[in-house]
Amino acid sequence: MTREKGIFRQVLERPLGLAVLSLLAVFYLVALFADFLSPYETSDQDLQKTYHPPTSVFWKDGGLHVQRYELAEPQEMVYRKIEGEGAPIRFFASGYEYRLFGLIPAERHLFLVDEPDRIYLLGSDETGRDNFSRLLYGSRISLSIGLVGISIIMVFGFMAGGLAGYFGGIWDGVTMRFIELVMAIPGLYLLLVLRSTFPDHLSPAQIFFLIVLILSFLAWGGTARIIRGMTLSLRNRQFVLAAEVLGQSSWKIVWKHILPNVFSYLVVAASLSIPGFILGEAALSFLGLGIQEPSASWGLMLSQAQDMKVFMLNFWWLLLPGAAIFVTVIAFNVLGDVLRDIVDPKQKFLSR
Amino acid sequence: MPDQDAGTSRTPLLEVRDLKVHFPVYGGVFRRVVDHVKAVDGVSFKVPQGKTVGLVGESGSGKTTIGRSIVKLVPVTSGKLFYQGSEITPLKRKGFFPFRKKIQMIFQDPFNSLNPRMTVEAIVAEALMIHFPEMTRSQRRERSADLLKQVGLEEEHLNRYPHEFSGGQRQRIGIARALSVEPEFIVCDEPVSALDVSVQASIVNLLQDLQEKLGLTYLFIAHDLAVVEHIGDEVLVMTEGKIVEQATARDIYENPQHEYTKKLLAAVPDF
Repeated sequence: MTREKGIFRQVLERPLGLAVLSLLAVFYLVALFADFLSPYETSDQDLQKTYHPPTSVFWKDGGLHVQRYELAEPQEMVYRKIEGEGAPIRFFASGYEYRLFGLIPAERHLFLVDEPDRIYLLGSDETGRDNFSRLLYGSRISLSIGLVGISIIMVFGFMAGGLAGYFGGIWDGVTMRFIELVMAIPGLYLLLVLRSTFPDHLSPAQIFFLIVLILSFLAWGGTARIIRGMTLSLRNRQFVLAAEVLGQSSWKIVWKHILPNVFSYLVVAASLSIPGFILGEAALSFLGLGIQEPSASWGLMLSQAQDMKVFMLNFWWLLLPGAAIFVTVIAFNVLGDVLRDIVDPKQKFLSR
Repeated sequence: MPDQDAGTSRTPLLEVRDLKVHFPVYGGVFRRVVDHVKAVDGVSFKVPQGKTVGLVGESGSGKTTIGRSIVKLVPVTSGKLFYQGSEITPLKRKGFFPFRKKIQMIFQDPFNSLNPRMTVEAIVAEALMIHFPEMTRSQRRERSADLLKQVGLEEEHLNRYPHEFSGGQRQRIGIARALSVEPEFIVCDEPVSALDVSVQASIVNLLQDLQEKLGLTYLFIAHDLAVVEHIGDEVLVMTEGKIVEQATARDIYENPQHEYTKKLLAAVPDF
């Protein structure tokens, strides 16, 4: 549906909206090209280089080189630079094979070094996997879980709320009581109970969708209730009555007259509920119930960082996935606020 | 019985017999019905073909409820409605569908009666898609443009949104929407009471012109006796769900019988 001016353009016209949209655009682009940008796979180990500190990069012989390190004290995991020694960084070099966008076979990577040297921009973990690569791959899960989740709650929230509001009666009563029941149970406990009713070991894709479904189940109620309230007030508006007098079918009235008038609210509700999904996934993975090794997600990386050894040696782990979650959540919240300001300065969608 | 001489000119287009519309009032913990609001309480009248019957009363007198019960927006508690002699009261959604094309409604609030998310073309053509499914897209557009011209708007208004129009123009769009199905009978539910006095006159004149041209029959609901006196052939005065006086427009003005009618007349400002 066209509006006076597209919502999207109005967001771009506001400095805050432009800032968070560009930030999120960068994040999503990184997630989309994670396999091109990352030098190693998430499961690519090097047991000789565990708990490696971030490698420094220097300029020599007309090219960038990555510093070579030696393990000085194996007990303490202290690495020391070998002065003057390094391996040249090769750009757009062939590395492990992957499929770009899951379709196009490719093997080029933005940067690589030749084996046995390794480049660890953000250090390595207890099996020598590259934290930088894992952070990029982890962003795919954390960033997509919200988008998949809101599509589910928008559809279910609108169907349940819109139909309850429009048709009323028993359907309304049953739906609303059910939502109240779900909302009455504290979310985190319900999340844990629901997750533990399913088997622990599933394929990564299955776990991903399981988490999305559980989180959507927890979140759709709030949206449905508000949509119901809006529908109740819309269904007595004269343009809806006029459509009834014209003989329009109930489904078409809901589709043509109710949905477009609650749509802007749906967009706001959606962008405000994305952080819930990101945090929910992080919480589950942190507790070991979410994404499983060797896949990477931000929550899972945070849970690895609980290890005391990591904490003492490489606190990068603690900060980076946490910072990434923090920035993403704030960005979506700000975006939601901007959208709400645009859509609903004074409940614009319900008044004339 | 009215069924036998259906369709002849003597049968009133619409007949309302002892119509009652009661709304339940819920109360208590279990939301039981504790009382009823008697919005319409035993009303009978006839609307002859090609005429305008005015229905006047204060807010809450039940006049809008009568209009809405005719188009099945509110359920009838008891009583009977006949359209061209055939009873329409017991008809369900499907059975009433053919009458949706014959009976239309113009709404009170032009700011509320047009979907703000639809273009004028979509608003006017919505009914065409329902009742003339064989029409092509371009035919619908052509017909919508015709309808706009009939109500005094331009073809280029088709692509605009309701918020771009004034109250009077919006009411014209509402009229065009009602006319799109080629109805015989239109319930005008206070179509001018939300408008400026000068605009009121132009809308009333438009409705009269359309009546002459298309042979329409109106049930004209208003709270303003002056407007009804101007357009109505016959006037019904309503208060508290009952009709208290029924006479020709001139009689009502010159020789009001009921106390309430006299009060209403006294309330009409003199110019």
